[in-house]
Amino acid sequence: MTRNRTARSTALSVGLVVGSLILGGCAGAGGSTDGDANGDVTLTLATVNNPQMKDMEELKGTFEKENPGIKVNFIQMEENDLRDAVTKDVATKGGQYDVVTVGAYEVPIWAQNGWLTDLTDTTSSDAEYDVDDLFPPVRAGLTVDDKLYALPFYGESSMLMYNKDMFAAAGLEMPNNPTWDQVADFAKKLKTDDVAGICLRGKPGWGELFAPLTTVVQTFGGNWYDEDWNATVNAPEFVDAVTFYTDLVKAAGEPDPVSSGFTECLNALSQGKAAMWYDATSAAGSIEDPNASTVAGKVGYVHAPVKETTESGWLWSWNLAIPETSKHRDAAETFVKWATSKKYEQLVGTELGWSRVPPGARTSTYEIPEYVDAAKAFAPITKEIMEAVDPNQPGVDPQPYTGVQFVTIPEFQDLGNTISQDLADVFAGRSDVKTVLDKGQKLAQTAGDAQK
Amino acid sequence: MTTIIEPVEAIADVEGDVPPERLARPATRKGIGVSRALLWPALATSLVLTQIPFLVTIYYSLQEWNLLKPGDQHFAWFQNYVTVFSNGSFVSSLVATVLITGSAVILSTLFGLLLAVLLDRRFRGRALARTLLITPFLIMPAAAALIWKWSMFEATSGMVNWLIGLVGIPPVAWNTDAPVVTVIGVLTWQYTPFFMLILLAGLQSQSRDVLEASSVDGAGPARQFALITLPHLRQYIEIAVLLGSIQLVQVFDPVAIMTRGSGGTKTLSYLLYERAFVGLEVGEAAAYGVVTVIVTIVIATVALRTLFKIFTEGTR
Repeated sequence: MTRNRTARSTALSVGLVVGSLILGGCAGAGGSTDGDANGDVTLTLATVNNPQMKDMEELKGTFEKENPGIKVNFIQMEENDLRDAVTKDVATKGGQYDVVTVGAYEVPIWAQNGWLTDLTDTTSSDAEYDVDDLFPPVRAGLTVDDKLYALPFYGESSMLMYNKDMFAAAGLEMPNNPTWDQVADFAKKLKTDDVAGICLRGKPGWGELFAPLTTVVQTFGGNWYDEDWNATVNAPEFVDAVTFYTDLVKAAGEPDPVSSGFTECLNALSQGKAAMWYDATSAAGSIEDPNASTVAGKVGYVHAPVKETTESGWLWSWNLAIPETSKHRDAAETFVKWATSKKYEQLVGTELGWSRVPPGARTSTYEIPEYVDAAKAFAPITKEIMEAVDPNQPGVDPQPYTGVQFVTIPEFQDLGNTISQDLADVFAGRSDVKTVLDKGQKLAQTAGDAQK
Repeated sequence: MTTIIEPVEAIADVEGDVPPERLARPATRKGIGVSRALLWPALATSLVLTQIPFLVTIYYSLQEWNLLKPGDQHFAWFQNYVTVFSNGSFVSSLVATVLITGSAVILSTLFGLLLAVLLDRRFRGRALARTLLITPFLIMPAAAALIWKWSMFEATSGMVNWLIGLVGIPPVAWNTDAPVVTVIGVLTWQYTPFFMLILLAGLQSQSRDVLEASSVDGAGPARQFALITLPHLRQYIEIAVLLGSIQLVQVFDPVAIMTRGSGGTKTLSYLLYERAFVGLEVGEAAAYGVVTVIVTIVIATVALRTLFKIFTEGTR
């Protein structure tokens, strides 16, 4: 009797495991339809849930008033969920979304797959839109074969942020264009039991650890691939850069690197627990917000540290694009142009406050006196860096793709993710840089061979 | 020993041992047929919900399909299975899953038993204590992982480091230096109440007469616990371990939030997620899914049988 019952419950349990594994794997997003009741068009917009996009949702009423007959329905998601949901929808031609928010990494890949609507004509023929006003590096990242496939909504580079009080107390002075050797030196001097000398991302993930780390590799003279797609992950420059980075974190960085990504480092710097932080220019908005930060007004901003190159900032933008499968392309074009226009920036400024204008997409943003005044701590340096970054050749040697902190191939997410997980073992002392990168080289070469 | 009441067994034995006339009313042949027929809709629904997706998964596992390379999709025979077994991440994931699930189940059982024994006593505020102790199980896994990440395991201001600092142990960078321990810690914290509840139910169903009789016969608390209470709890432990393992084997949230699959914490469910949503390899992810199901069936059958045999032999 017991035997039988046991066997049956075992079978049941296995059935449950099977079922839940499968269901877990196939969970799909809910559908959405258009409301065409009286000829009205409803655009479905899938977007990342950052503050700038929330502002856009708040202001969509103005667009709907200016364009009678078009309604916009926002679906906000966390970054990773957005990536999953939108990739799945676009790749399987689901046609659920009329406008999608796409990161700078995906735009060229998706454009090459023929998934995105070409926006060249509609933008260049529109004098009021002034497409030449977009930051040239950002625009270059969204252009494939001279065609523009997405419109930048907000852009960012990376810079070094430092706590001025701590520097003054230690009698140190930060140059406007520091080198990594200087930064390492400062970090070691400023490190105490409670304060990290520098916070550098260590959390595994291609978009976490490898965003800053790739820029370090590039300024050290290394890169993921040479011009002919030969992987160079265990080349001496790459190894040196990763060794430098991991050693710096171990010697003077945050105490628990694997836990530390953008959010954790932002916390550390804004609570006075880190003396320096190398990360996104967009972080400055939160650091200067006195409600969220104890160091507002006490932080200095300088260019990304360098070694062999003259500039080392990364380049990221969130962009609006229209999938080929959209059923309302004309209405969608009207909307994406409105949301990335100069007029929209004015609208945000007057309705919601000038510090909330989406940064880093248009040069003219930095000519709006109210904005420059509201963001005077970091606006000038952001503009300076955004104009100086070169996504076509960020490193010492030429590369076969456009992009700074990522390689614009489908395999890169996986590649960066795997190597960054192995690097967690380096932070913990369970493995060493050379072993990890030798293994990474093989993975990178497989991905590179697919491009040849 | 024969006087011990085993409730589950007692119910199961009704059909066989009770004289037929007492069963006569509901259990005619026709009655059984009707009640079995009533089960069919539920059975059919669960078959449709679990088995059809499984067949689809098998179909996808034979496809070469990367979401970002729509032009390359084609039938690939068993290429994905070759990848699964040749690149080594499957075995290490399996080891990680067994280690993490196994440790968490064992620890949760021990702590759950301890708490259940304590809660079985009468004391002021018992209801309150019970409610508080159940709370961890009611918190969403992702929220639990975030709480532990930010307020417990945080390297400079976390409570765990503060606590071990009191006895002079230097602070530990938990997610960097001991990722497996952090994941097991969160899981144990979260699932102990589940084990506790089941074991407490077992303790409360225990006949006081038997305990009284044994103490009259001169058994101390320790012998009472080992020779009477534990055998009585056997079935409750079995069911708790079974249900707990099923839930814990799917661990995802603490891994995704705290360690990101680094340092030996890449469990099978996290590996599957990575293949599907980071690698965007639909075919490969499906192959991992199929292999995972097969391996889970094998391990579950063998491990659970052995486990139950040990328990069974220990008492009969």
